[in-house]
Amino acid sequence: MSATVSIPTILRTHTGGEKQVKADGSTLQEVIADLEANHPGIKDRLVTDGALHRFVNVYVNDEDVRFAGGLDAQVPDGGTVTILPAVAGGR
Amino acid sequence: MLVIRADLVEEMVAHARRDHPREACGQLLGPEDTDRPERYVPMTNADDAEARGSDYRFDSREQFEVYKQATENDEETVVVFHSHTRVPRRPLTDSGLPEAYPSVKDIEYMGLQPGVHFAIVALTGPDAEPDLRSFLLDAEGRVVEDEVQVVERYMLSHTGADDVPDKG
Repeated sequence: MSATVSIPTILRTHTGGEKQVKADGSTLQEVIADLEANHPGIKDRLVTDGALHRFVNVYVNDEDVRFAGGLDAQVPDGGTVTILPAVAGGR
Repeated sequence: MLVIRADLVEEMVAHARRDHPREACGQLLGPEDTDRPERYVPMTNADDAEARGSDYRFDSREQFEVYKQATENDEETVVVFHSHTRVPRRPLTDSGLPEAYPSVKDIEYMGLQPGVHFAIVALTGPDAEPDLRSFLLDAEGRVVEDEVQVVERYMLSHTGADDVPDKG
């Protein structure tokens, strides 16, 4: 069960500058664990207190995982996981 | 320095006026690695604090659609834009007016997008004179003002044969 993960600029320090990496897992949680095994430090940038960090948006194929089970979201074999920085702020 | 076409500034300011007193947000896309904004994409403000009209957040699904399209076109986000319409939570002056300066929350999120310009338009009212400023974070995470140069058109480096005018 392998997925292609798109890495945003801010996290490419963990992937040696790679924009896309492969990771194994059938849920987002497993994919992130496999990412961490190969790119140490990346998990802390994505997950805090057992949930996705508010600074990132994660999409499996075309769906935002916040609407699809969060870390338990299913990742189909050959699927894509896209990580984007959340964009927010205000006065 | 942020060099930006006047028509793109007009689009951002018009969006800020339309959404006042809520904060407006959007992004300017341009060809990868050029630092040249070419088109404005207004974004839906999905912030929970909608009723207070004092914060902004890109709608995450819309953000993904724009990202996908941009990637297909070899474009990237050059500028993230939002408006300030209220007195800051931690004002820098005692003017009692909105400030075109990043808030503490703005700075937190700016750190996620190194190299991206963050443009802010402060508007004291829907018809007020806009104050546009742009900022970046340096390598140490400090806010650096980014001088805004508004131009009618970009002076592109010469790419074609001498007798063929450059596009743009």
